[in-house]
Order: sequence, then structure tokens, then C-alpha cells
Amino acid sequence: MSTLLWIALPYACLAVFVAGHVWRWRHDQFGWTTHTSQLLESRLLRLGSPLFHLGAFGVIGGHAMGLLIPATLTEAIGISEHTYHVVSVTGGTITGVMLVAGLALLIARRFVSGRIRRVTTTMDKVLYAALTAMVVLGMSGTVVINLFGEGYDYRETIAVWFRGVFWFQPDPALMTGAPLVFQLHALGGFLFLALWPFTRLVHVWSAPLAYLWRPYVVYRGRRGPAPAAQPTPAAVREAGLHPASTRR
Amino acid sequence: MRIRAQVAMVMNLDKCIGCHTCSVTCKQTWTNREGTEYVWFNNVETKPGIGYPKHYEDQERWKGGWKLDGKGRLVLRSGGRVKRLSRIFANPDLPTIDDYYEPATFDKDILVNAPAGLTDTPVKKPYSALTGEPMKIEWGANWEDSLGGNTFAEDPNIARMPAEAAAKVKFEFEKTFMFHLPRICEHCLNPACVSACPSGAMYKREEDGIVLVDQDRCRGWRMCVSACPYKKVYVNHATGKAEKCTLCFPRIEAGQPTICSETCVGRLRYLGILWYDEDAVLAAASVPESELLDAQRAVFLDPFDESVQRAARDAGHPDEWIEAAQASPVWKLISEYRIALPLHPEYRTLPMVWYVPPLSPVLDAVGAAGRDDSDADDVFHTIQDLRIPVEYLASLFTAGDAEAAGGVLMKLAAMRSYMRARTLDGTVAQELLDGIGMTGAQVEAMYRLLAIAKYDERYVIPAAHAKDAAALEAQAAAQPDCSLDCEGGPGMGGEAAVERFHLVDAEEVRPGRPGLFSRRGDGRRGLTINPMRGRS
Ligand code: HEM
Ligand code: SF4
Ligand code: SF4
Repeated sequence: MSTLLWIALPYACLAVFVAGHVWRWRHDQFGWTTHTSQLLESRLLRLGSPLFHLGAFGVIGGHAMGLLIPATLTEAIGISEHTYHVVSVTGGTITGVMLVAGLALLIARRFVSGRIRRVTTTMDKVLYAALTAMVVLGMSGTVVINLFGEGYDYRETIAVWFRGVFWFQPDPALMTGAPLVFQLHALGGFLFLALWPFTRLVHVWSAPLAYLWRPYVVYRGRRGPAPAAQPTPAAVREAGLHPASTRR
Repeated sequence: MRIRAQVAMVMNLDKCIGCHTCSVTCKQTWTNREGTEYVWFNNVETKPGIGYPKHYEDQERWKGGWKLDGKGRLVLRSGGRVKRLSRIFANPDLPTIDDYYEPATFDKDILVNAPAGLTDTPVKKPYSALTGEPMKIEWGANWEDSLGGNTFAEDPNIARMPAEAAAKVKFEFEKTFMFHLPRICEHCLNPACVSACPSGAMYKREEDGIVLVDQDRCRGWRMCVSACPYKKVYVNHATGKAEKCTLCFPRIEAGQPTICSETCVGRLRYLGILWYDEDAVLAAASVPESELLDAQRAVFLDPFDESVQRAARDAGHPDEWIEAAQASPVWKLISEYRIALPLHPEYRTLPMVWYVPPLSPVLDAVGAAGRDDSDADDVFHTIQDLRIPVEYLASLFTAGDAEAAGGVLMKLAAMRSYMRARTLDGTVAQELLDGIGMTGAQVEAMYRLLAIAKYDERYVIPAAHAKDAAALEAQAAAQPDCSLDCEGGPGMGGEAAVERFHLVDAEEVRPGRPGLFSRRGDGRRGLTINPMRGRS
């Protein structure tokens, strides 16, 4: 059971994540977009979208920091456990609040505005449900256990297992002892990755950084052969008047 | 010098009757789809008026087009690259659907299915095409048609004038002054939309200068929409991608005029090619405002100049194109007769749809003032006295240069009087010719082009295949072994050429085979397990 949950499932999800992106990239360039809805509703989006995105960048950065950087490394370069804790709690709180506020606004917008409700797809609903579930699990883990509870040092267990997944030697034993919310959050995270390529989240990989360097005006040649020239009305008229000349 | 060809358009506003045929045929062809209900690649607005979308000319508000920064460098009005990316999550300059209008549909079934013998006539009701709810229609793409909206005091071109002048304008307009302004994408030489597109999905075609959105590469960052000062890029809210006027490129490639031109009832549109020097564009867009009109005219290269012809030939342009440039009605109207003017040159995008400003409102004013509208002297005086209409036209077409706008009107008035004398009693009004600095032959040719030119004179569009042939010849000369059957060569091109006229290759459409790789109803590639939209 634990092998299935902590080894097979992560790899299955990662496989779907990669294969899904490859497949969608190759077969659905036309659907690869943010699917902007600002045209239909701008007021709530103006506030919610920047909050959500900046919060998400912070939260993603925080996860990278917490999961990918081993505790031994931060200690080795002289960052004390206490400093690390202060930085991660403040950073996490600020970006977390932004993310939650932004997400709430974006979801509210989907309910409040009739125009937006009408264009919300099933996939949008699934995406927002998944995002909400992930945020609730993650926040409750942090708030209930680490701020008010006895505390749990995920850097010694979850993070090690997580890195193990990428070294191809994940140790399920590290996860079986973790509190349930953290277990669910970790599994949810991988399931979320599996969902990713089938949602509008693919826009993340198209972040237009190349725009900073390219020339302003883009010139491009026409692809493929041109259509045959069409006769003008005068030519048609001529042909009608002198049919002999065209019969040849 | 880098010589390029541009397919450009001129519209003679005197002849526009505001029938909207161009808009309707364009919509039938390109935007009668879900997601583009509110989109008019071609729209006709009444001037003065606030236009479509509302107040689009107010660049303080929408930040469209280019401006000169403190150091005189050309920058997008909405800011530099970093600033634009920093605002990508929500674009503060994006118009919302209410700035266009809420598209409506009607429950027409109620008419079709009404039982016989009703005492009251059944009435169809409008429903929002966005929400499906009943709605009240309160605005549209041509709500102010023929000054119907009483909104002209809000016209950004008038709002800029001092209050006193604006009051006078209102008065003058109510009495005399009104005209229709058909607008499509300008296919600019210095397009702000392309320059603002973060993903590089928008491009200007090398062959003919048509500005397009690559639908497969657009990622929905919607920066082009706000950057275009003419508001001629639109968000398709069903696909989440940008769309715009294509200048009917499949027709242009086949040597045919655009749909709006083909169906124009007033026959007031002209299409032709212009040579321009790509390296001169940036400098022309960066001159001080008072020099903009002349700088933009100077970007075009004289097709009769032999060095230009040589450059064109060296750049691989076929003879057919060089001849077409000489016969181009657009070149004649812009550069030879100098009666066509660009719309809002102060946006600095170098627009490629130019306009012959309307003389008729001025003639009406001449009549209203009790003068003789067929007497050139009277008309000249009125043009000088009637500052308001001329200044208004100047704020549209010459970046405020009333002298230049008046000069064009004088030419048009002189042409009328000259031709009247010529046809009535055969006299040549030499003093009129001297006044406008044109020869009799030129004025007569200009008259013919404006008044009676036939289809083939109004649309001089060299087919794109000539270019392919020239390119292949060059290729064949470089690789003598390669027969005509080489990759992409004419030996294998016959069928493909016909197919390319459609948006989809014939073999790629697989009717009756729904699956992951099949195409949507509109012919585009799409997923059938649809992550995009749930509704039909
Ligand atoms: C990499 C840089 C990113 C850029 C430039 C970006 C940009 C955008 C843009 C332009 C929109 C469309 C807003 C609109 O006009 O309706 C959008 C929507 C969205 N983005 Fe991002 N995004 C990025 C990263 C992310 C990340 C990391 C996430 C979450 C994990 C995310 C989640 C979303 C969601 C859920 C929406 C839909 C909002 C709605 O319409 O309800 N994005 N993004
Ligand atoms: S008028 Fe056309 S080419 Fe010019 S900026 Fe607007 S969309 Fe681009
Ligand atoms: S079809 Fe021609 S005459 Fe009619 S509104 Fe359009 S441009 Fe004007």
C-alpha cells in the first residue's frame, strides 16, 4: 500500500504530467492560452489576478525552497534553524494570504458575474476545486500543526522523500509517519501536477520572457504556396464576349 | 535600404453613404461566430462621434500607439517592455465588452411559431449573447449613426478643443457637418499591436505587409488589444485569443480585392501596392508632430524611379509587382495627387489605410451660407472661413495641420470647378490649375480615378503566385540540378495551390472521424476531450 501511494502514484502522476504536456503541445496549440476573460469582467480581475499570481509565485518559490534545499545545506551556510523559521513563516504568511485572497476573488468572480459564469468550463471548475483543496490542505497543515500544534519538521521527512522521487530512490517509510494533512497535501500535489497539462495552467510554460529581447516588429514570410490568381471581372467579361479565345 | 511591398487602401469619404454593406459582408465572412459577436473587423462610424469602441481615440485613457518620450525616442504609450510584462496579470488599459457593446440575439422562433389568428402581432425580444438573459439594447457598433446618438460633444477630437470652439463646433455640426468613416485595421508599417505582443504571435508579412495573428501561437496575453490605437485587435472570448482584420489575405493573394472593397456600394475603396523602405520607418515615426504627415508620405518609394525598380528587382520582386506598383491607385492618390491622408498620423504607427477627406460637408456649408457651391472662389473662401470643419478634419487626418487638410479640400474643389468648365464649354481653367499646382491631364486623371474608375483601375493587386515563381526561378538558378519538381516547386504545386485557398488542407479534414486529432467546426485543430469549453 505505501509503495503504491508513495512510489507508484508520484511516478504515474509525473508521467502524466510530462506526456500530457507533450501531447497537448503537439496537438492543441490552438487551445494553449491563458483563456483571458478580462474582456468580460475587469473590476474583480484587476485586483484578484495580480494578487493570485504574485501569491502563487511566492508559494511556488517557498515550496521549492522548503522541499529542494536540504536542511543540512542551509545549516552549512550558516542559516540557523530560527532564522529559517522566521523567514519561511513571514514569507509564507504574506504570499499565502495573497494567494488565498486572490483565489477567493477569482472564484467569487466566476459566481458573481453572469458573463463569466457562462464561459466557465468544467475544466475551470475542476481546476479551481483542485486549487482550493490544495490551499486548504496546505494552510491547515501549517496553521494547525506548525503554528498552534506540536510542530512537525517536514524538512527531515517529506522533503527528503520528495527529493528522493527525483533521485529515483523515494523512501516510503519517510511518509508513513507524517500527519494525515501533510500526507494528503503531498499526494494532492502530485495529482495536481497530473491535472496541470489538461487545464489552462499550460500558459505558465509560455511565460513571455523572450519579449524582453526580441525586436518590436516581427516580420514573417507566408507559408506554403500561394493560391492561383483569380480572373478579374473584366477578364471574365472578355472571355464571355469572345468565347473562341478561351476554348483553346 | 530594405525595400518592401505593402498592400494599402485608400477610401474616398465623399462617396461613403454609410450603408454598412462593407461591415455586414465582412462580418458574414469573418466574424459571425461565437466569441466574435461584438467584433467588427470593418465598422462604419459617424463623425463627429465617439466611435467604436467608445472613445477609442482618447489615448490618454487607452494608452494606444506610440509617443515620443522626454528624450525624443519612440516608445509605446503604454510603457516599455518590463512595465508591460509587469501588468500582464491584469491589463489596466484593456477595454471591456461594455466599451464595445453587449451583443444581442433575438428569439425569432416566436415569430415563426406564432399561431394563426392572433390579435396582437408577436414581438421578438432581445437576449444577451453573453449571458442568455433578456436585455435592453443600449449601445451598438453604430449607435450614433447619422448623429443619432447626440454624442458628438464627447468626440475625443472635439473634447481636445477649447470650450468656446467646442460649442461652436456643436452648433456648426448640428447645422451642416457630418460624414461616415469606415474603418478596418490599418496594417501599419510600425504596428503597435505587433510590438506589444509578448509571445511574438503577431507579425507583419514580408510579402505584402498584412498584419496577422498566428492563432496557434497567441497565448491570450491581450496586450495587442490595448496597444492598437485604432482598437482593431479584438479578444475572441470563446477561444481566449486575439483576432483581427486579415485584409482578406486569401483573396489578396489571389489578386482579388478584400470583401469590404468588393462589396462597397459607393465604390469608394482603392487597393494597390506601395514600395517602402523598411529602414526608414522608425525615423519617420519619430519626427516631431508637425512633420509627421510629410515624413509618412516620404517613406513611400517612387515606383517610376529606376533605382527603386532596380532595388525591387534585386530584392526578388517580380516584374508583375513592379508594374502593379506603377499602376497602383493608392500611390496616385497618396503621393502623386496628394489628396489622401492617413487617419491619426500622430499615433505614429504609420497606418496604411488612407482617406480622401470629404468635401461635401464643406459644400453644404457653402450653400447654407448663400454662396455658390460650384464657384471655386466661393468654395475656397468658405474653406478658409469655415475653420471648424477643416480643423476637425485636421485633427483626424493631419495631426492638427489645418493648412494641409484645407489644401486637400481646395484640390478637390478645384477639380470640381475645372471639370465643370471643361465639360460645359470646353474651357481650361488655367488659374485653377496654377492654384493647386497640377496639370490639366493630372486633374482629369484624378477626376477619372475618383469618379468613374472601373474595377480594374480601383483594385490593382498583383497575385502572390508571381512572387513564388520569381523566388523559385532564383532558387533554380542557384541550384541548376533541381528540376521543377523540387520540394515546393511548381512541378508539385498544382493541387496544393488550390487547396491553400481554404484555411485547411483537404487531407487534414477527416469528416466522420471524431477523435483526438479531428478538427473543430471552424476547421481548426482542437482537442475533442475539450479542456476549453463545456457549452455548445
Ligand atoms: C509564468 C507566469 C504567468 C503569467 C505571465 C500568467 C498570466 C496569466 C494571464 C494573462 C491570465 C489571464 C487573466 C485574464 O485576463 O483573464 C492568467 C490566468 C490564470 N492564471 Fe496565470 N500566469 C502565470 C503563472 C501562473 C501560475 C504559476 C498559476 C498557478 C499555479 C497561474 C494560474 C492562473 C489561473 C488559475 C488563471 C485563471 C484566472 C481566471 O480567469 O479565473 N498562472 N494568467
Ligand atoms: S491598426 Fe492594425 S496593424 Fe495598426 S496597430 Fe492596430 S491592429 Fe496593429
Ligand atoms: S459599403 Fe462603401 S458606401 Fe457603404 S458604408 Fe461601407 S464604405 Fe460606405
